[in-house]
Amino acid sequence: MSDYKIDENAKYAKTHEWVRLEDGVAVVGVSDVAQDLLSDVVYVDLPEEGREVQAGEAVAVVESVKAAEDVLAPISGTIVAVNTELADNPEFVNEKPYEAWFFKLQPKDLDAELAELMDAVAYKKFAAESAH
Amino acid sequence: MQQTPLYDTHVAMNGRMVEFAGWALPVQYPPGPTLEHQAVRNAAGLFDIDHMGQFELRGPDAALFLQYIQVWDIERMQVDEAHYSLLLYGDGTLVDDIFLYRRPDRWLIVVNAGNRSKDLAWMQANTLGFDVTLSDVSETTCMLALQGPKAEQILQHLTNAPLSQVATRTCLATQVAGVDTLIGRTGYTGEDGFELYLPASAAVDFWQTLLETGKADGLLACGLAARDSLRFEACMPLYGHELDAQTNPLEARLGWTISWHKEFVGREALLKVKMEKPQRLLIGFEMLDKAVAREHYDIAVNNQVIGHVTSGMKSPTLDKFLGLGYVPSEYSTIGAEIDILVRGQPKKAKVVKRPFYQPRYK
Repeated sequence: MSDYKIDENAKYAKTHEWVRLEDGVAVVGVSDVAQDLLSDVVYVDLPEEGREVQAGEAVAVVESVKAAEDVLAPISGTIVAVNTELADNPEFVNEKPYEAWFFKLQPKDLDAELAELMDAVAYKKFAAESAH
Repeated sequence: MQQTPLYDTHVAMNGRMVEFAGWALPVQYPPGPTLEHQAVRNAAGLFDIDHMGQFELRGPDAALFLQYIQVWDIERMQVDEAHYSLLLYGDGTLVDDIFLYRRPDRWLIVVNAGNRSKDLAWMQANTLGFDVTLSDVSETTCMLALQGPKAEQILQHLTNAPLSQVATRTCLATQVAGVDTLIGRTGYTGEDGFELYLPASAAVDFWQTLLETGKADGLLACGLAARDSLRFEACMPLYGHELDAQTNPLEARLGWTISWHKEFVGREALLKVKMEKPQRLLIGFEMLDKAVAREHYDIAVNNQVIGHVTSGMKSPTLDKFLGLGYVPSEYSTIGAEIDILVRGQPKKAKVVKRPFYQPRYK
């Protein structure tokens, strides 16, 4: 199972969230590895806009046929948008994990926290090791 | 962990292997649980259920003994008929739920994987005074399930036996793909279909022949996740979830299996429950708030915990968030509103009719 898709423009947490910068806002979702480990996603519980979160804090919940898993904020900041499309189409998480974003954060301490995350190359290696 | 004869086949098919009741089995194959579930509802699915235990009962007192240790009146069963039944402890709680086949020269008893050794010991302990031979034939028997509206059509390609004449809950011993097979028309999915018993040595070729034969009809190999979601929609109980040694069949809504007019282990205690009415009952519920109710979650009313969830998921067929659980009888009325505590948060649900999915048997 080493053929996982990796978004080269994203950075990654060890808990398999990705974060991508778009116009100064941090967009967060879960990786192809995460969606595969989860199996079919049936529901996504999203946070309230305006909530302030710390890096590592459980912010959303993704429910699959298997289990409920927390989605952690990879960086600290304020939730400025949530992807309500996922409420009706949770299968997007399986089908296109790098488009099916969960929430957007206005970052607080971006540079320092981004440095803590893995880049695509490092994550690819990490994913291959953690997948079995 | 124990392996079925198909272990290497599952791995080669990229089945995701997990532990279930001490067995290594595929929870899903690459298509995933949702597509596998839909294949069974709309076409057909093939399951390795060889983890289930199979016992053979023979001897002059076989019928007498069987009548005594389980709840269904087997005098109602003709040769080659089959029936669902229960084994009870003396206090009326559940040892296991089982499936019986009456064969010309013996009885076949199918039990849950996790209860296999417990059941055998419990049955052996009750043989005192009966002239019977009880043997565990699980190792030499492979058990598969072919389920779905296309199951008959697919299986018919591989046998000359007229399958349309095999009624639901009967069986036929014949050849399938050149292999001596006992075909039982039954299953655990809410669809028409078959459970197949064949020599373990023939399992690998048989599995592959079946999959190949059914391909054009949309047959998919299915894992444990689909097996669970299918049985859940049809509200068939699963031992260890809806049923256990703390639960009696009346609260589990299995009163229809009890033949009260005969003697059986647990009858006296169960009769007392019947007279006094069960204090709690198994309910089906639908979430009104969107959330997935999962096993062990608390059920509450007015912030008071009154029961717990035994199984819950998003129903793939009905596209609803549904669950099964136990509540005190007074909260079991259809339409009653309850809360499910999802990560500590009360989420609204209401009691609905079971089964969620009406089985479609021939």
